[in-house]
Amino acid sequence: MADHNNAHNSHGGERHDHGSLKSYIIGYIISIVLTIIPLVVVLNDMMGRTATIAVIMVTATLQFLVQLIFFMHVRDGEQPRWNLITLIFGVLILLTIVVGSIWIMGNNSIGMKM
Amino acid sequence: MAQSPAHGSDHHDHHAAGHHDPQDLKLLGFWIFLVTDVIMFSTLFATFIVLRGGTDGGPTGAELLEINGIIISTFLLLTSSFTSGVAVLAMHQHKIKQMIIWLVITGLLGAGFLYLEIHEFLHLIGEGATLQTSAFWSSFFVLVGTHGVHVTVGLFWMISIIIQIVRRGLTDDTKGKVTVFSLYWHFLDAVWIFLLSIVYLMEVM
Repeated sequence: MADHNNAHNSHGGERHDHGSLKSYIIGYIISIVLTIIPLVVVLNDMMGRTATIAVIMVTATLQFLVQLIFFMHVRDGEQPRWNLITLIFGVLILLTIVVGSIWIMGNNSIGMKM
Repeated sequence: MAQSPAHGSDHHDHHAAGHHDPQDLKLLGFWIFLVTDVIMFSTLFATFIVLRGGTDGGPTGAELLEINGIIISTFLLLTSSFTSGVAVLAMHQHKIKQMIIWLVITGLLGAGFLYLEIHEFLHLIGEGATLQTSAFWSSFFVLVGTHGVHVTVGLFWMISIIIQIVRRGLTDDTKGKVTVFSLYWHFLDAVWIFLLSIVYLMEVM
């Protein structure tokens, strides 16, 4: 029985990838670095306005991907990856709402300038 | 015992054929809930971004927001996201005690985050920035507050899961709950990254 359990555990560990401590630590360290980069840039006024916004958004997006891959294991699981498909759908709606709002409301305020 | 290997391979075949076991389906269902939560947060972010200039002559974010406390709460939440993942690892190694300890650490870090957030809100209200002050502060409190409510709900949820595990032990059912909870907690950290970036960093830069 003990043998069976061990065999089952190692088998389960290989097929159902729950991530390893190593991958969590790597993800954690990358997240910390990606948090510190925009903080340093913003607090020391190192760049111009546009460049700072670009750094903030790029590091935030990268960190979101780190969370997805290293912590939430979005790449794991069986085919077809319904979780990935629903996520892409969600991001599509998110971008439509956020970018669309900024675009439309930006145009509105231009039209209202006196 | 003799049947186990046969059963195992049978189970495997089912997976290969695309059938899901109930826990996998629950996980997918929860994932879909998270995506709907993403959509809800996207409307709140859009509102905030559009209204961020609307301070109505009152206090602005750059004047009142204190980045130091935010840096601490960011690292609290980031670390708690990591520890909730370690708890799931311990669970898969059937180390119940370790798992509960990591979950409790996750909860304490989350409570610390929540304490700092309430402290910040009280400070802002004391400085005259409330939900009714201006369009900027309305959208600020609703956006940040919604995330805070999520963290609060997560804390109570986690406590109830721990109680259940202490009573029933690790079953397929309770395992699924811990997995889903850690997914939720990682998600909250991911939302916070964008709160930190879009609300706080862009406001104080």
